Amino acid sequence: MKRQMSSLPLQDEKLISSFGIQRRNMLKFFGASAAVVALGTACNNDDDVDANTDTGVFLGAGDFQILNFAYALEQLEAAFYLQVITSAGFNAMSVLEKEYMVDIKDHEVAHREYFKVALGSNAIKGLTPKFSAVDFTTRAGILAQAKAFEDTGVAAYNGAGQYIVDGNYLTAAGKIVSVEARHAALIRDLISNGTFSDDLDVNALEISKPPTAIVDIANAFLSVDSQISKRGLPA
Amino acid sequence: MNLQNIFSEIEKVDADVYDRLDTRRSAMKQFANFTGKAALAAMPLALGSMFKKAYGQTPADVIGTLQFALTLEYLEAKFYQIGVAGTGVQANAGAQGISDLTKIRDHEVKHVAFLRTVITALGSTPTPEPTFDFTGGNGSNMGPFLGWPTNYDVFLAMAQTFEDTGVRAYKGAAGTLINNKTVLTAALNIHSVEARHASHIRQMRRVRATAPGAITAAYVGSIKPWINNAESNIGAGFAAAVQPSYNGEEVTVQGGINIVTVGGVSATAASACFDEPLSRAAVLAIVDPFIV
Repeated sequence: MKRQMSSLPLQDEKLISSFGIQRRNMLKFFGASAAVVALGTACNNDDDVDANTDTGVFLGAGDFQILNFAYALEQLEAAFYLQVITSAGFNAMSVLEKEYMVDIKDHEVAHREYFKVALGSNAIKGLTPKFSAVDFTTRAGILAQAKAFEDTGVAAYNGAGQYIVDGNYLTAAGKIVSVEARHAALIRDLISNGTFSDDLDVNALEISKPPTAIVDIANAFLSVDSQISKRGLPA
Repeated sequence: MNLQNIFSEIEKVDADVYDRLDTRRSAMKQFANFTGKAALAAMPLALGSMFKKAYGQTPADVIGTLQFALTLEYLEAKFYQIGVAGTGVQANAGAQGISDLTKIRDHEVKHVAFLRTVITALGSTPTPEPTFDFTGGNGSNMGPFLGWPTNYDVFLAMAQTFEDTGVRAYKGAAGTLINNKTVLTAALNIHSVEARHASHIRQMRRVRATAPGAITAAYVGSIKPWINNAESNIGAGFAAAVQPSYNGEEVTVQGGINIVTVGGVSATAASACFDEPLSRAAVLAIVDPFIV
């Protein structure tokens, strides 16, 4: 199995020690899943994706694959809100709305950096977003795109949870997804108050999406050299 | 690595370890095969896998988690059924607020029906709906939340606490479902809906805090749709009663990773961007005063 590794292990090593994280903790944190990757037990994968023609960013295997999947989405969200807070549409928002946007930006940047450090040398590269279709000049344009990203994030985490092998990672994903859901509900209410949890199924459950469907959505907002590969990803 | 030493150590805390393993001959065999092929570095996982099989989740654990979730949904559904019809909400929430709270009530009622269906489908009997004392008085009906259906501010404080607690409860229970993908996904799909509810109730509280006639002391600090630090943002004599639902939310280190440092964000943001789980025991202790 060939893995595309864009980040430099040496650099990450420096990064980790400069943040004062104990190696022991890191090893404890990763020990189990490294071996899970070695086992490679994932099934129901998108195996029909041709490794020769699919030259996108390969997410890896096992739990690292799902963590990289989340890392990719958090990169996208963080990049989006970083652009939001310098946009004309942001300037047109109320004081409280601006505060919310800055808070959410901080949350998404923190999520992104968490995954980057957690994945270490297994992390995919920093992705280049493509927001040409996003209207950053109006409040409505920003909120519409924020709604899409937040709802997609919730659907993505919920849909990917079942593919996580290590219970610690499942809990970590759970800690993040409920915050994404809080964001999603807020953004929806800012667009139209009271729509915080519309679009559920008949049992009032969230409608989750499989990872491959999420990648299709995400790729529309990523540049040509940052397209995510669906190779081996659960469908 | 000396396997015999490991077994001896385990035997000190679990006298039945050999019996457990002996009844799992396939696990032992799998282990033997695995060690033959795998690098020594992967040994801990092989051991972990073997013991997961010996001590792992049984269907009883899945049912237990579903019954636990059902109890919480009963509580939320009944709370909104009584509360939305109460004079506190009807006189103060306004058309939009009543509509929103009715929507949440209906979701909780659907969650009850859904969980009952799942439990039944798995061959078990849904636990019956308990009798509730929403004053938090354990049946005395004289608890700290006395008068809640007629007091909108108390109602909203309770709604926020129940929703935030629900989020923590589902999160804490997810691990018990890891071997049942269908039930796990369903639980995750309820978990995020509870978080959406919590977000909206918090927004309602933020608006209500400065509304005419509101008990301003019931609202503390800057209420956000997410949980900052371990702050309930609830006062007026209820702070102590609700605080167990928020203790632990202040953490800023995740899996050994310092979120403040790596994210370059404030401790408040670092705590808010990760919601924390609660154990089943902790959740049951929180809801105990409300269940007769």
